[in-house]
Amino acid sequence: MYKLLPFNPIVSNVQIVVRLSDNANIPFDPDNTDYQAYLKWLAEGNTPLPAENA
Amino acid sequence: MSYIGSTPTTQSFIAGTDYFNGTGSATAFTLSRSVVSANDIQATVNNVVQVPNDAYTVNGTTITFTSAPSAGTNNIYVRYLSTTTQSITPSQGTVSWSTLNADVQQDLGISFKNRVFNGACVIDQRNNGASITQDTSGTQYSLDRWSDYGSVSSKFTVQQNAGSVTPPTGFTYYLGVTSSSAYAVGSSDIFTIQQRLEGYNVADLAFGTANAKTITVSFWVRSSLTGTFGGAINNVDATRSYPFTYTISAANTWTQISITVAGDTSGTWNTTNGVGLRVTFGMGCGATVSGTAGAWATASYFSATSAVSVVGTSGATWYITGLQLEVGTQATTFDYRSYGTELALCQRYFEKSYNQNEAVGASGVLAFRVYVTPFVGNEYSASLYFKVSKRTAPTMAYYTNGGTPNVWVALPSTSSRTPTTNTVGENSFEISVTGVTADSTLQGSWTASAEL
Repeated sequence: MYKLLPFNPIVSNVQIVVRLSDNANIPFDPDNTDYQAYLKWLAEGNTPLPAENA
Repeated sequence: MSYIGSTPTTQSFIAGTDYFNGTGSATAFTLSRSVVSANDIQATVNNVVQVPNDAYTVNGTTITFTSAPSAGTNNIYVRYLSTTTQSITPSQGTVSWSTLNADVQQDLGISFKNRVFNGACVIDQRNNGASITQDTSGTQYSLDRWSDYGSVSSKFTVQQNAGSVTPPTGFTYYLGVTSSSAYAVGSSDIFTIQQRLEGYNVADLAFGTANAKTITVSFWVRSSLTGTFGGAINNVDATRSYPFTYTISAANTWTQISITVAGDTSGTWNTTNGVGLRVTFGMGCGATVSGTAGAWATASYFSATSAVSVVGTSGATWYITGLQLEVGTQATTFDYRSYGTELALCQRYFEKSYNQNEAVGASGVLAFRVYVTPFVGNEYSASLYFKVSKRTAPTMAYYTNGGTPNVWVALPSTSSRTPTTNTVGENSFEISVTGVTADSTLQGSWTASAEL
């Protein structure tokens, strides 16, 4: 399970999704293997928890 | 007598003379010593000194006269004049690796010979020697650069120096696998230990082209089982596979293995910051994911057909160290690198704020502190550089120095805060918290993972 973090391009240079099993902060980077695993998880029909208001 | 320079070479020369009987027709005679030049000998016929290269020539141990000396007993004699008895110029490509002295072999291995990082299993940043249980993620690493995988979870454990046996001579550490049960491997099951090499570091192998280079993989291995074990060389998505076998004849005995693989001229092989090449060791692979050893296949094979299954025997052990992948047909001496160099090579893929003798998430570790400044709204942040540039933007994780994940502590209040990653790239990251006040210091630990 994953949860999106709020993304403000003025504040951040990259969107982050949190892997809830270990709270790892995964950047939306196509070469990051954790992000690749997240994309695979999405492709399986899963949906992340929405970002909370910053 | 004093002299400047290298010590003079001392050679001894023993004078000698060969006698021959002339026949009136023979022009060639066999010398007792091999010579290089006609000037290395003095030939005399009927007590008349002959002119070198005019009256006679030499080739090795044969002297050939231009005109046949007259018949007579010992009327031809040859005196040796030079200490030079033989000069050898090896033909191109005839000096083999085994001909070279071991010291020369070592000296020749100075330029990124071993493409494997942490092949000697010295670096264990995540676990600091603790055991971990194999999972099904495909992204779990035990020792640095060594990943484990299983299609079913928890069938083996991985630990640096598991079982505390004596490593092979010259090594201090090894990676140890211990089977957790007697698991009957299904036809599509995959249990592996794997080293993933970055494309940039194997691009010169030219795999996938007509100029693909031959490589040799060597390692020390030890198991409580005996028989024919298997593994494979794979490309990034394992659409190209080269299954290989190796034999362990004696249980619980370190055995050195060398496997030479002709480079793959087909398939797609990554040459940038993704997985360039995988070296896979089968701990138990089913029939459909195992192939014929010794040949490239357009298939996903992770071991060789009928190889020993480590996970098939409860408590079975499989240990490895000294893994080396090099260009060429010979396994050469292991390419030892300094600890600092090896650590830095590993930190391209994983870095931590902890001391190296502290496992990630452990308690009582060195406190990492950073001063945060106001950023936006009630958010405070700090930017930090990595010690080593990462392969790509890494995944960040945070812990208190007591081991609690996803929490840092604000000082001096000691209140807990949830850190988030504002920005992260190959060289730096920005950590951010809310709910603190100006002039706050945050305390905790972090890891950055850009694994392949």
